[in-house]
Amino acid sequence: MSRYTSITDSDRRAMLETIGAGSLEEVFADIPAEVRLDRDLELPPGMSELEVTEHLSALATRNRSADEEVTFVGAGMYDHYVPALVDSITQRSEFLTPYTPYQPEISQGGLQVMFEFQTAVSELTGLPVANASLYEGPSSVASAGYLAKLENGRGKLVASRGLHPHSRETLSTYARGFGSRVEETPLDERGATDLEALAAAIDDDTSAVFLQQPNFLGTVEEIGPLVEAAKRTGALCVCAVDPLTLGILKPPGEYGVDVAVGEGQTLGNRLDFGGPSFGFYAAAERYLRKMPGRIAGETVDVDGKRGFVLTLQTREQHIRREKATHNICTSQALNALAGMVYLAWLGRRGIVELGELMARRTDYAREALGLEAINPGPVVREFAVRVPDLDRLMESAREDGVNPGYRLGQDYPEYPDGLLVAITERRTRADIDRLARHAAAVRDEVPA
Amino acid sequence: MSQSKVIGFAPGGEDTVTIYERSQPGRRAFVAPPIDVPEAPLEELIPQSERRAEAPALPEVSEPEIVRHFNNLSKNNFDLDTGFYPLGSCTMKHNPKVNERVAAFPGHARLHPAQEARYAQGALELMSRLGRALAEVAGLPHVSLQPSAGSHGELAGLLLTRAYHDDRGEPRTKVLTPDTAHGTNPATVRMAGYEVVKVGTAPDGGVDLDDLRRKADGETACLMLTNPNTLGLFDRNISEIARIVHDAGATLYYDGANLNAVMGISRPGDMGFDIVHFNLHKTFSQPHGGGGPGAGPIAVSDRIEPFLPRPQVVEVDPGNGTAPVYDLDLVRPKSIGRLRGFAGNFGVFVRSYAYICSLGGDGLREASDAAVLNANYLKARLAEPGIGEHLPIAFDRPCMHEFVLSGQGARRNLGVKTLDIAKRLLDHRVHPPTVYFPLLVDEAMLIEPTETEPKERLDGFVEAVRAVLEEAAEDPEVARGAPYTTPVRRLDEAGAARRPVVRQPPAGAEPPGDPGDARQVTSGSL
Repeated sequence: MSRYTSITDSDRRAMLETIGAGSLEEVFADIPAEVRLDRDLELPPGMSELEVTEHLSALATRNRSADEEVTFVGAGMYDHYVPALVDSITQRSEFLTPYTPYQPEISQGGLQVMFEFQTAVSELTGLPVANASLYEGPSSVASAGYLAKLENGRGKLVASRGLHPHSRETLSTYARGFGSRVEETPLDERGATDLEALAAAIDDDTSAVFLQQPNFLGTVEEIGPLVEAAKRTGALCVCAVDPLTLGILKPPGEYGVDVAVGEGQTLGNRLDFGGPSFGFYAAAERYLRKMPGRIAGETVDVDGKRGFVLTLQTREQHIRREKATHNICTSQALNALAGMVYLAWLGRRGIVELGELMARRTDYAREALGLEAINPGPVVREFAVRVPDLDRLMESAREDGVNPGYRLGQDYPEYPDGLLVAITERRTRADIDRLARHAAAVRDEVPA
Repeated sequence: MSQSKVIGFAPGGEDTVTIYERSQPGRRAFVAPPIDVPEAPLEELIPQSERRAEAPALPEVSEPEIVRHFNNLSKNNFDLDTGFYPLGSCTMKHNPKVNERVAAFPGHARLHPAQEARYAQGALELMSRLGRALAEVAGLPHVSLQPSAGSHGELAGLLLTRAYHDDRGEPRTKVLTPDTAHGTNPATVRMAGYEVVKVGTAPDGGVDLDDLRRKADGETACLMLTNPNTLGLFDRNISEIARIVHDAGATLYYDGANLNAVMGISRPGDMGFDIVHFNLHKTFSQPHGGGGPGAGPIAVSDRIEPFLPRPQVVEVDPGNGTAPVYDLDLVRPKSIGRLRGFAGNFGVFVRSYAYICSLGGDGLREASDAAVLNANYLKARLAEPGIGEHLPIAFDRPCMHEFVLSGQGARRNLGVKTLDIAKRLLDHRVHPPTVYFPLLVDEAMLIEPTETEPKERLDGFVEAVRAVLEEAAEDPEVARGAPYTTPVRRLDEAGAARRPVVRQPPAGAEPPGDPGDARQVTSGSL
């Protein structure tokens, strides 16, 4: 039952009369009989709003949300607090229900948000230009690979195994299309990118080199030498970053990367079982006319009044078609708005304070767990440990309502007993101590 | 001047001020939770070489002023909940409010994507149910929900095509796209490493079959097609097109941007398509969000299934008479791999699944019927004297859910272009149609009313168009100078591209923080 329509029987009669058709069937005459569906769709009948709500609620209760356990799971998306302000603004119809601002005169709100968002991404990353969002993190990484292909045409992409496994896999998926191959380089015994192995993999055919700071294990990489090695043969250096750590970690623009990308979920977006969130993409000035995604620019109207428009659209598919530098159209504007509102809420000092809090609690948690560190070096929001009996820890902690973290073995066979533990401002010292008690139980049972 | 006859849309009321320009050192909205662990000096935790020297210049604004800032910005947007939005090819149908509510349930919104499958059974079941419903609408058996938008679905489709041909040991180099195709099609072709070959359009608005026969050969990997096409016309030769493409050994790809016309009426799988993408933000009521989020799931035939992206939701029958168990299958040896992180835009899946539950199979069919009825009614009304001679229909056939007018008549008879008409419509508080697309039609206006508009709104749009044209007959300058009542008037787009200002200029010398605030000193000393 299509309750969102409002055509009455008398409307239908009048409309068909205006059309000059005896029935709607006549209007569909162009659809040949052999491709007509000669039965009803085999789907359940429509439901009342009450029934829909109850059905969806029943499904939702079969999930264990981050409200129902103390979760130390991160691995690219994190249980951060989202202020009420964000929902209140993103649920406004004026932001929720328009489309891409093709008519700038009636879209100044959305366009100005894009401009402010681009500014925030540029500030965080220390790179001069940023777009208005891409889909999410890993596909943004892959899009940077495509930029490198357009830029230098070389055939090899070198990725540290410190790059998120989903980013590495997505990069490989895309690269098979545009004709590059991906070579992965290992982490060293301290869970950091192995500089020598990285340098050895880079040659004259290397199109781009991919790093992540902090890396997937949470290690704060000694990034300078890695970037230097990356750029030795003229390859592009792409670094994935977690924006919420950029209050305390050096911005990628300062260590000379060509492109910084990342997952925006940590900025005011829900966990949502993985999406929608947003990806961001910032670059050195020389890539401004090649980078993907919408870009808002400042201009003036005929009266000289300040305003904003979508600009540099000759990069884009709707203008340049096969000559476009990317195929993206619909992106993640509403999620980027949430990110912008969140960053305004956090503010200049807040992002530093939050970063400091995470770094201190992360340091405390690693000590408190007392397990062998896979990455004993600096960490700021996540760290990896070896757990003597990981299954038992998972089981005992989960019975107590604690989710200890992400099993590394599913992506890193080299760490079969690895556990990746993430800390946010929601994980208090008491939460950490609770996890530590479970860790102590498995630690003490296994002889050293 | 006649511009005073129309009611303007209320401007935001404030001058254009960015959030950065509202910033004052010392203001804040965020209060950090207490530090409950030892306050280790940061330099002991992170080496100097990796630390940030100076805090990023994010705005410093109080919560009440942040609220006002964004509320005022919102008032400078025109939106679907406010008025008619016949933006062709975008399916601006109503976004049901209940969908927002169910998407916000903590079991959905607060579910971590790395949660183990046994603790995410509700989410996986929802994805499985949505996939089955989409498969039924498409008439194709297998679905991947993973792509994040239509263009991402297109990329998936061509990567699947590549994997399929590679697997058969017959790699190919070209992809055919009609000259009426969405811009995303040819752009995707290039990203997927193929060469674009354009196929012409016949006088009736369908694919030129002779041109297709000439161009479909052993190097052809795929034909990407929209049906109904971007002219709003159903291609009557679709079975023959499918035969030509399949005889050449190529795949047939369905750009689902226009699926809203044919739900329950005709299915892409039955037309012979191998791969279909859906735009959940068009056909399945996900709010457009000012440019996303959307989602672009794909449905495929048996021969393409082995190559679908990882992970796939699978239903496992425990075999003991109990309910099925859901899991994410990560193995899939022939898969093209991931297209993104985790399992897709789940929050969008929740909304679209709720929409499908609300409407049911019969409701989806009714939605398509109503979309087509509305489009044909609006087309007939816009053909009336006073309008039709200035904006003739490009292809005079029954349309599906949208149709194309040409502004050629208005340009010739009245001296106003499609752009001028669109800009003047802004003063009438309606969103203009998609303009200058498809490229095939001179001064094109692509109009898609959708099924959720009542007859009176369509009539209102007709009267607005009529008023604009009558006014132009008297004085074309009015339309040429429009709009007048919007928050800003026509903007200098060329200047914006020539001298790009794409961020707030960094402050030359950043003002120091309030020295009285100890926390600020800590932060500033990094």
